[in-house]
Amino acid sequence: MTALVLRQFTATSCIGRGLGATLESLRAQRSGLAPCAFETVDLETHIGEVPGVDDVQLPAPLQRFNCRNNRLAQLGMAEDGFEEAVAASAGRWGRRRVGLFLGTSTSGMLETEIAYRQRDPQTGALPAGFDYAGTHNTYSLAAYVHEVLGLEGPSAVVSSACSSSAKVFGSARRMIAAGLIDAAVVGGVDSLCLTTLYGFHSLQLVSRGPCRPFDIGRDGISIGEAAAFALIERAPDSLDGDAVLLLGVGESSDAYHMSSPHPEGRGAQAAMLQALGGAGLTAEDIDYINLHGTGTPSNDSAEGKAVAAVFAKRERAVAASSTKGATGHALGAAGALEAVICALALRHGLLPGSANTRQVAPSLGFEYLCANRERPIARALSNSFGFGGSNCTLVLGRAG
Amino acid sequence: MPAQPPLLTACIQGIGLLGPGLADWVSGARIIAGEEAYSPQPTALPAPEGLPAAERRRTGATVKLALGAAQQAVAAAGIDPGGLPAVFSSSGGDGLICHEICETLASADRQVSPTRFHNSVHNAAAGYWSLATGATAASTALCAYDASFAAGLLEALALVSVDRVPVLLCAYETNYPEPLRAKRPLPEPFAMALILAPAPTPATRSRLTARLCATATAADRLPEPGLEALRTAMPAARSLPLLRLLARRERGEAVLDYTDGQRLVVEVGECR
Repeated sequence: MTALVLRQFTATSCIGRGLGATLESLRAQRSGLAPCAFETVDLETHIGEVPGVDDVQLPAPLQRFNCRNNRLAQLGMAEDGFEEAVAASAGRWGRRRVGLFLGTSTSGMLETEIAYRQRDPQTGALPAGFDYAGTHNTYSLAAYVHEVLGLEGPSAVVSSACSSSAKVFGSARRMIAAGLIDAAVVGGVDSLCLTTLYGFHSLQLVSRGPCRPFDIGRDGISIGEAAAFALIERAPDSLDGDAVLLLGVGESSDAYHMSSPHPEGRGAQAAMLQALGGAGLTAEDIDYINLHGTGTPSNDSAEGKAVAAVFAKRERAVAASSTKGATGHALGAAGALEAVICALALRHGLLPGSANTRQVAPSLGFEYLCANRERPIARALSNSFGFGGSNCTLVLGRAG
Repeated sequence: MPAQPPLLTACIQGIGLLGPGLADWVSGARIIAGEEAYSPQPTALPAPEGLPAAERRRTGATVKLALGAAQQAVAAAGIDPGGLPAVFSSSGGDGLICHEICETLASADRQVSPTRFHNSVHNAAAGYWSLATGATAASTALCAYDASFAAGLLEALALVSVDRVPVLLCAYETNYPEPLRAKRPLPEPFAMALILAPAPTPATRSRLTARLCATATAADRLPEPGLEALRTAMPAARSLPLLRLLARRERGEAVLDYTDGQRLVVEVGECR
């Protein structure tokens, strides 16, 4: 594929608002996970809650979009000059030539959950103020961001569970290659709600304590929330050496089970190989892998086998870690959040160690980082896998 | 400015259709073409083929609807679905499951059913499709509210045009029970599917070319009032002006709803 440049990117999660705070937390190996005191949830678990989401005010004409997910989107977009960078891109290419592709799994679901507690006792009706299109619908996230950024190009939400906001990079890449657009805003926003907290609990996939990816005693995920965005464009002929490029995207399906990964990570291998092939790279060229690494016994086992198989021929073991011990699993926002973490790793030469992992599972076939490592790197790979057997791998690299 | 105009084009190799009074594409095409009268009946949902019994029992109306339309299109194209990338697009996903989960979470006992939870994801249809067909190629699950059909078609055409592979597009919509139904009234399940390919084969029917058009001009309407009502009520049925061209085996253009400021103009011609 033709390389695309990440003109601007930003991330907001429980470890920080914007790139500066996120980098500082990664450097300190600080975890944002804390015992759950969210809303009326009565589960014994840790979560990665972003502070201050409910204090965010949406612009007055856009009140119909007011829900936790869009407040988190607003909080995230306001960081790192992201809105200004998009405005400049729209000025350069034209508003109709900038696409918008965002991932979310539950959108404004929390608003609907609360509305169901406030049904009319006689008629069962939802409260009059409940706005389906602005908050509940899966597209409400992109509808809101479209309005705020003043874009007029193609727009869609990808909702393929936990691979959603990695797959948006693939949609944007194809639309740019097809000549339909010149630039795209991609990203993911997913926010805490009862459906995912109780739902993952019912599947016995949630840890009581902070999640411990790739730990020998790992026992489940910690649910987090995040807003992460990138503005991607065709790469110009000359770029600053610090610029971050999207080099490859791989997408596959497990065709195995709705909520369990293929035990050998068959689909994960296919996604990684496709991303490497599209980038014109081999396993030898990758300096760091940001693993999906949710902390469930089955995900980490399957992903570990898949990575070991794809990277088996390397002379030196590849360095890898999951950052979900710090951020929690941001579900539909995880792909974009971890793409931004890879971009920070490339720009600052920081390979983040895995927060909360105490004793790494044995014989992984790659080097799982529990401590930070500082060294310049050229290329990073990021994995995102979701329910329904939906897999996506991104390869990012430095321009110079 | 772009160096050259975007070229989003594909050959149509198979069509699937399920809707109220529209049992399949072969019989539905005669109605959409205006050759037979339209008489709406509740949408008949076929049992999904290819799923193991345990998985089949877990599928609800939404998955049956999407898989039914997709299986028709694949059969018409005579193509092996195992290697086919798939684009599924829907505004609401599974409305019944969403309602049931919200009811549970509003009750004293918040224990959500695990099967219901993993079936609640927007990509459930895509997931069951890969289980039913063994398809390991990429699949995606899109939502663009009332523009979900056009968004799905753009995604599928970009896949065909850029990656040069045949693609399944399936746009589908079921409905919500009350109280969500009052907030999002969707009358009857409707789904359509297309197999789109970069080059013609013996199964090829027509060539489809699409372009975005910045206009506030209204999308094309259908002459039959019942079908026109379906078009405006169901996001997946926004495809009906295109299906009418295909049903009448006509060359020509249809204007489809997309975003507020843009329409998707689709042109149907011969595939050479």
